[in-house]
Amino acid sequence: MKKAIDRIKNFRITRRVFAYPYILFLVLFVVVPLAMISVNAFIAGGKITLTNFAEFFGSATGLRVLGDSILIGLITCAICLLLGYPVAYILNKYSSSKILVLLFILPMWVNFLIRTLATKSLFLMLGLPLGLGSVLFGMVYNYLPFMILPIHTTLSGLGKEYAEAAADLGADNITVILKTILPLSLPGIISGITMVFIPTISTYAISQLLSNGTIYLFGDSINTKFANGLYGVGSVMSLIMLVLVVISNIFISKYNKGNSGRTLW
Amino acid sequence: MVKKLFAKGYLCVILAVLYLPIILIIVYSFSNSSNFSFAKGFSFGAYEAIVTSPQTPKLMKALENTFIIAAVSSVAATILGTLAAIGIFTMKSKLRGLVENINQLPIINSEIVMAVSLMLFFVTFKIPAGLTRLILGHISFCTPYVVLSVMPKLVQMDPNIYEAALDLGASPFKAMIKVLFPMLVPGIVSGFVMSFTLSMDDFIITQINKSGGIETLSTYIYEDVRIKGMEPFWFAIFSIIFVVVLGIMLIINLYNTRKKKEQSEEKEV
Repeated sequence: MKKAIDRIKNFRITRRVFAYPYILFLVLFVVVPLAMISVNAFIAGGKITLTNFAEFFGSATGLRVLGDSILIGLITCAICLLLGYPVAYILNKYSSSKILVLLFILPMWVNFLIRTLATKSLFLMLGLPLGLGSVLFGMVYNYLPFMILPIHTTLSGLGKEYAEAAADLGADNITVILKTILPLSLPGIISGITMVFIPTISTYAISQLLSNGTIYLFGDSINTKFANGLYGVGSVMSLIMLVLVVISNIFISKYNKGNSGRTLW
Repeated sequence: MVKKLFAKGYLCVILAVLYLPIILIIVYSFSNSSNFSFAKGFSFGAYEAIVTSPQTPKLMKALENTFIIAAVSSVAATILGTLAAIGIFTMKSKLRGLVENINQLPIINSEIVMAVSLMLFFVTFKIPAGLTRLILGHISFCTPYVVLSVMPKLVQMDPNIYEAALDLGASPFKAMIKVLFPMLVPGIVSGFVMSFTLSMDDFIITQINKSGGIETLSTYIYEDVRIKGMEPFWFAIFSIIFVVVLGIMLIINLYNTRKKKEQSEEKEV
């Protein structure tokens, strides 16, 4: 008894205690739900089985949606990189004004649903058909800033010395870009790619709105499964998404030692 | 010179495409039609419809919900996150690393997975449907950003200042309120603003966890436009949102860059 009282007396509020409510919250509302998804993927009919996996990997439609999503994700990434890299490069080289950079990031703050509907209006006004083209345009439109920003951050962290040294050693302009600047900006490129790729394949509603429901991506598919009460298969698909997220973040942390290109704010 | 001109031209083209849909919506919001023509001439009809349309009560209710959810969850996230940052900062490195990694989870995770995992959790543990679920969900994705914006302020802080307050006779509590807290204020404010914006902006997590007819602005737009298409009234609302959001963000960012400039100039002096 005395020991217990002593212990209470000795218990001093250290500042560490302040983190406990949040840690509890994180465990409850982030860790437990994700754990439930992971466990749920292996449960069907009250037993631990792999039937959910068999059901997903055995169905041609499910796999096709995943394949289509990855393909659209890759194409979106490629277009964003091709369009965005020059933007980041030019912003860094010719223009030191923060306002111009700001202009490229600003649309990001408008709700993506509203931006998507605006894009759809553009296509309707120009009389262009809704389909793969409009979906790709909408994705690039939505996620281009996420590609520009990390590359711009990496490039502006590079000293001019590197390019100058390469030029002094006899490289012409194109060689400087290809052999010096491009490899050095790889961390930004990797961050940009994952920041575009993950949201693109797991997006919900964008492809549906921009293709009049004809193109259906992985995010929509996960939602449909859960909405129809197919929690098992839905959990398997969420788990696949989770694995993709983890893999891409391993890549980011591998290429971004120390400085992170993820600082959006 | 030609190269520079070409480069600037490229930037202008990309910017033009980025802003084209926005400008288009704003221009046609004055046509009071949804088929992109000025057949009815220039009119404020679409703007008047915001107040007079039969949808107005629903829209206002959705707006009210959006603000209630954003206010409650960003205040909660700010308190929770600020305390957490102070706590995490004093932890030993191993535990700190673990907590910081879990804190990253809601940021890096795909939104749809967050949304369905929360739904599974809410349904399984019978959390009351409606605002409770939405606010809990919003706190869970806002708080990590508060932690991340307060943490750098703690790292930058000179630990001797807090120690000095203790040496001069302040109790740990008083030292925290009077010394530690004021230095964290910029981080706390930016964390709060970020939480509020993220909460207002959210669509996926709200859409999947909403129930009982509760709509926020984004889910109401989705439900309405998906079925009926873009009515003139939405052109006006979207235009207002564009102008308000872009204006506020422009002012905040310009203010910040100017302040940074002043600070660096002060340092030079």
